[in-house]
Amino acid sequence: MNYNWDWGILFRDPYLGWMIGALGWTIVISILAWIIAFSLGSLLGIFRTSSKKSLRLIATCYVELFRNIPLLVQIFLWYFVFPEFLTDEWSRWVKRDMPYPALTTAVVAIGLYTASRVCEQVRSGIKAVGEDQRQAGRAIGMTEVQVYRFVLLPNAYRIILPPLTSEFLTIFKNSSLALTIGVIELTAMTRQIEEYTFQGFEAFTAATIIYSLVTFTVMALMQQIDKRTALPGSFSKGAS
Amino acid sequence: MNYEKSNMMIKVKSVNKWYGKIQVLNDCSLNVSKGEVIVVCGPSGSGKSSLIKTINGLEPVNSGEIIVSGISVTDKSTNLDQMRSKIGMVFQNFELFPHMNVTENIKLGQTKVLRRTNEEAEQKAQALLERVDLTEHAHKYPSQLSGGQQQRVAIARGLAMEPMAMLFDEPTSALDPEMINEVLDVMVKLAKEGMTMMVVTHEMGFARKVADRVVFMDYGKIIEDAPSQDFFGSPRSDRAQEFLSKVLNH
Repeated sequence: MNYNWDWGILFRDPYLGWMIGALGWTIVISILAWIIAFSLGSLLGIFRTSSKKSLRLIATCYVELFRNIPLLVQIFLWYFVFPEFLTDEWSRWVKRDMPYPALTTAVVAIGLYTASRVCEQVRSGIKAVGEDQRQAGRAIGMTEVQVYRFVLLPNAYRIILPPLTSEFLTIFKNSSLALTIGVIELTAMTRQIEEYTFQGFEAFTAATIIYSLVTFTVMALMQQIDKRTALPGSFSKGAS
Repeated sequence: MNYEKSNMMIKVKSVNKWYGKIQVLNDCSLNVSKGEVIVVCGPSGSGKSSLIKTINGLEPVNSGEIIVSGISVTDKSTNLDQMRSKIGMVFQNFELFPHMNVTENIKLGQTKVLRRTNEEAEQKAQALLERVDLTEHAHKYPSQLSGGQQQRVAIARGLAMEPMAMLFDEPTSALDPEMINEVLDVMVKLAKEGMTMMVVTHEMGFARKVADRVVFMDYGKIIEDAPSQDFFGSPRSDRAQEFLSKVLNH
């Protein structure tokens, strides 16, 4: 193989700045999408275990819809198809006038998709806490909302912390799909640097290391949270 | 037996309940007056737990009526949350909230349901812990306590709501033998103080000592409902006799 290695390229202007900026976008997409996924997913998880049939139905339909369509297809649907169903005015706003149209679409698409997965984890956590705990809460006169707030959720989140960590790492990696609608995040930038410099090996090696460093950091952080929130007498091994 | 109407605490009238095709309660009727202690016994699967859980509406019924202190539990317009706050319940597996320490467990219902202030709830919790003899464990978590201690905390949690009646669903059947008595002692004390109690249990010693009446169930039916002297003296049904001979053998 006749390849001119040049690791220095990564630290040269403007490529270093590009990589750092692109990492910033990757993190922005991941965090914003996670906020949507976590809050909507938690709400749907509660719905899915609610005593009200209508709420259970809403959440089930949501999960079946969003979990079963490939994420890439969903991103395309939101970006290319969804605006066509809006009035001209709104359509223009979504396609052009709203802040960062491509980025926003990617955030919403990834967030809504991941919400369906978070929902299922929250549901399994609540189920694991158990029907008897729910009854114990109801028996002292708490409303259903109070039982969720004070009994079911605090215990369910402790149980599902490790899979939720995986889910966040997945969102972080899935954020690379935003490049398909033109968001220059880390993976897209790596390709761009390769095209500018023909130093593909270095660029993708750097991307790999950057992705890994972030995920390791998240894992370490979650392990700390797991330890802090662990209950006495439980043998929490941390998220990994 | 004649009970004055005003003295009636729990009234169960022709209650039926199905789980799918299986009938778990078959035309059950039962009265508990104020201050009475009722023991419900019978073989497993006879519907005892289902019956006791219908009384505070944790389990819905298919037909029949349940009235607690003049308020219908089976009426759809009744605020069940409010109703339940006035009926204490103790579960077979304690069901303390694992993420809260003992004091917080006892305070939760007081602050969130009865809207007591934190200080009031704290004082009440301390007083109750003294009563169940667990003062030194106030800041431990449920997983750090023995089964018997956990169940005593669960009783204190129920009492914190100042209930008009207490329901016990097999309170000692998940306990090691040496811990059964510490829980029964608390219950005996409670009964002697005049608490209205409905207790599902196999502890016939307890029944004999404090129960006013013993209700025997089998296949979802109330087969016998008799004053405890009569029940232990000469139960009328064969099934109850057979049951007694098995549980009283040793």
